[in-house]
Amino acid sequence: MAVGRRRWVIEALIDIVLLTLLATVGIGIVVIRNLLAVTMLSGIYSLIVAVLFVLMDAVDVALTEAAVGAGIMVILMLGTIALTTREERVHGTGHNLLAFVVVLITGAALIYATLDMPGFGDPEAPAHTHLSPRFTQDSPEEIGIPNMVTSVLASYRGIDTLGEVIVIFAAAVGVLLVLGGGAVRRRRPPTDADDPAGEGRR
Amino acid sequence: MFFVVAVAILVTLAFALVRAFAGPTIHDRILALNVVGTKTVLMIAVVGFIVGRPEFVDIAIVYALLNYIGIIAVLRVFEGHGLSAPPAEAEAGKKERGR
Repeated sequence: MAVGRRRWVIEALIDIVLLTLLATVGIGIVVIRNLLAVTMLSGIYSLIVAVLFVLMDAVDVALTEAAVGAGIMVILMLGTIALTTREERVHGTGHNLLAFVVVLITGAALIYATLDMPGFGDPEAPAHTHLSPRFTQDSPEEIGIPNMVTSVLASYRGIDTLGEVIVIFAAAVGVLLVLGGGAVRRRRPPTDADDPAGEGRR
Repeated sequence: MFFVVAVAILVTLAFALVRAFAGPTIHDRILALNVVGTKTVLMIAVVGFIVGRPEFVDIAIVYALLNYIGIIAVLRVFEGHGLSAPPAEAEAGKKERGR
């Protein structure tokens, strides 16, 4: 028991330090006007968040965060900066009091909502007393997939996953329409009359 | 023992953050990002031992690969499309130092 207590204290200390660093990086992102620096800081932010996710045992989420937040996001933002500008322009220095109040109220409401949530890792939480036993005991017979995460994602939560896939597909189509349309048309030689849609070139 | 290592890693993480904030050139910041990525790898490995799950080392290795590929990609972007035109870079660095 003493060992578990000690471990808990160590984890809490690491959490506090990481969250402090996270807040510092967040303030830096708001204050610094050089967009290249902000891009790098957002990558650092993602990496620190990924460590916090690992500390909370959400390894898969952490891997996604590191790959998307620190990997592809940084590259996409650098590409955007290459096409636009490096310095953030400040429109007016007056502070918007109404916006501040709205943010304050929303934040207070969100913090108030977390008070009703069960504690982190609480074995008495509803998810652990109802859902987990059901999935771990019944999913092999009901679905027939040995991996329970897969059976939850692909069957119990199948419609939700389908919705996610539709969102990602729509986003990909949108990005291709915005970015790819002009380039494809320009690249096509004029003799290519038998392939009017340009499908064969992609 | 692992706790001391974790504290040391957190301190170096803070130093890397200082470099990311201070700049002054973009290359300092890319280096800071790379160092933070390395510290993330080490942190995950150490945390794995602290919480009694040494298999976290595998995840740390995946992070190391991701970090390497990410930094290479960022540097390629800078090398490629006129993002790091030398006069503009020098100017940006000067402007920042002046502030």
